[in-house]
Amino acid sequence: MDIMEMLKSVLELNLSGYLESIGAAPWVINLIGVLNLATACMLIVIFLIWLERKVIARMQDRIGPNRVGGKYGLLQSVADATKLLSKELITPAGVDWLPYNLAPILIVVASLLTWAVIPLAPGVIGVDLNIAVFFVLAISSISVVTFLLAGWGSNNKYALLGAFRAVAQMVSYEVPMIVALLIPILLARSMSTVDIVEAQGIPFIIVVPLSALIFFISALAETGRTPFDLLEADSEIVAGFHIEYSGMKFAMFFLAEFLGTLFMSAFFVVIYLGGYRFFGLEEAMIGDFHIGPMIGFIAFATKVFLVYFVFIWIRATLPRVRIDQLLNFNWKFLVPLSLVLLLTVAVMDKLFLADASTLTKAVVLMVTNIVVGWITIELLRWRNRDGETAVISESVDDAHGHNHDAHEAVATH
Amino acid sequence: MFEQVFFIFVAVVTLGFALIVVTNKNLFHAALALMVTFLGVAITYVTLGAGFLAMAQLLVYIGAISILIIFGIMMTRRMMSADEEPFNSQAGLSLFTAVAFFLLVAYVFITYWPTTPADAMLAQMTPVDPAILNNSVVALGQAFVSPNAYVLPFEIASVMLLAALVGSIFIAKPRIQEDEA
Repeated sequence: MDIMEMLKSVLELNLSGYLESIGAAPWVINLIGVLNLATACMLIVIFLIWLERKVIARMQDRIGPNRVGGKYGLLQSVADATKLLSKELITPAGVDWLPYNLAPILIVVASLLTWAVIPLAPGVIGVDLNIAVFFVLAISSISVVTFLLAGWGSNNKYALLGAFRAVAQMVSYEVPMIVALLIPILLARSMSTVDIVEAQGIPFIIVVPLSALIFFISALAETGRTPFDLLEADSEIVAGFHIEYSGMKFAMFFLAEFLGTLFMSAFFVVIYLGGYRFFGLEEAMIGDFHIGPMIGFIAFATKVFLVYFVFIWIRATLPRVRIDQLLNFNWKFLVPLSLVLLLTVAVMDKLFLADASTLTKAVVLMVTNIVVGWITIELLRWRNRDGETAVISESVDDAHGHNHDAHEAVATH
Repeated sequence: MFEQVFFIFVAVVTLGFALIVVTNKNLFHAALALMVTFLGVAITYVTLGAGFLAMAQLLVYIGAISILIIFGIMMTRRMMSADEEPFNSQAGLSLFTAVAFFLLVAYVFITYWPTTPADAMLAQMTPVDPAILNNSVVALGQAFVSPNAYVLPFEIASVMLLAALVGSIFIAKPRIQEDEA
């Protein structure tokens, strides 16, 4: 009977409730939860690597991994991970020991910490912080530090250049990301991820599509994926900040990148796609059995993998941008646009829609978003017609200047 | 009991790394130690129940200011080759100034804000209302923009930040005419 109770609690995603009922100490429950979440995240990554290779291969008219582990090459990543584990850890001459070895650990810790505030299903969340969104941003700023640690500690100019690029890119794209995130926070009147999910009777991607787009672009840049994978552009700086890492240490960076991408998909789902919500079925019950959390979890996972698929899709189809295009696009386009959008939504929400019903509010805000987007596009066209170069593809000369500076900076070391 | 042990541990780590910041010969390592110091302060905020402040500390001090400092060091020094001597001839003088300033602050605090003895304070301590803790962000935000609270300092700070922003853009702006002349 006890085992049946336990199984039932597992299926209800309420193992902690069961453990509490048999008198386990709170720290034991927390420890089990943390271990479960962290292990699950890292195991999913193994599957994600396989998925990514397979999907990109299909998009490029190849077959992809198909030998190891049965028909679809399912165990390819497991074999790769085993190979990485057995590889020698080469420490190059002249590394700065502490930063060099601290970076791979810190980056994985930082990517795992953020998972604490993702609500996986109704009532299933690591910790419901009232500053959850802020927490995510603060933790992701720690991963910026690890890039510097790795780049500087490696005693390699490509690594240092890669670290500089990574930091410039991540610090820059944090700005439009934060401003875009302020809009759902404003609409939900809370920074807690649970409150934001609960506020999405209509998903925020429909209410504020432009904010979702800005966030998605910034998320692409934050995770350093194509078309913003300048931090490891093989043709320019070989592999970027992790060039001097081998074996498991390299695998840690690889793991962190995939964890970061998966987290960004999950975060996007929580903020804009309604998280675990699925037409109210997430509250459903069969008899005295709570089927709801399971439905909510499945809905959440499906949405996350849909968003993740879009990430892969973009990676397979878009070429890499140049560093000056990247920074110009951010500072001269995304940041002003997100600020204007934030102001518009705030004014509309507070002044004109204070007493409106949820539906009117959603429709008006959506129309506002579309109008702002349309005006932006018209402005860009008008600028182009005026003989000036477009914002996004501006200043090739500028690029040469920047590159020159960067080389000089490295040469002085 | 546990809180006290934890606090002492965090305080020792924070102060220890602060000491490393000023004594380490390698500027990059000093900057890293500074980050740990900031982290220690953030953890102290968490133990005080000020989560928002702790995250702001992480985001601003570790995510931005430390990075800026490291960039500054990397751009200006030949740090791969040489160690810096952390003390110059004015070390004694600065020590005197620091101690004097500390004594002044301590004097002011003891004179004007006398604290009750520790035992009496522990006796009259009341637990913080969880409703306030859970809504601290809302309370903070309202305090910032309410005319009865901090709207004026808040606005002055934002005007100053805006001025700094405009100034930095002006300095960073390429001067094309001068180059051609």
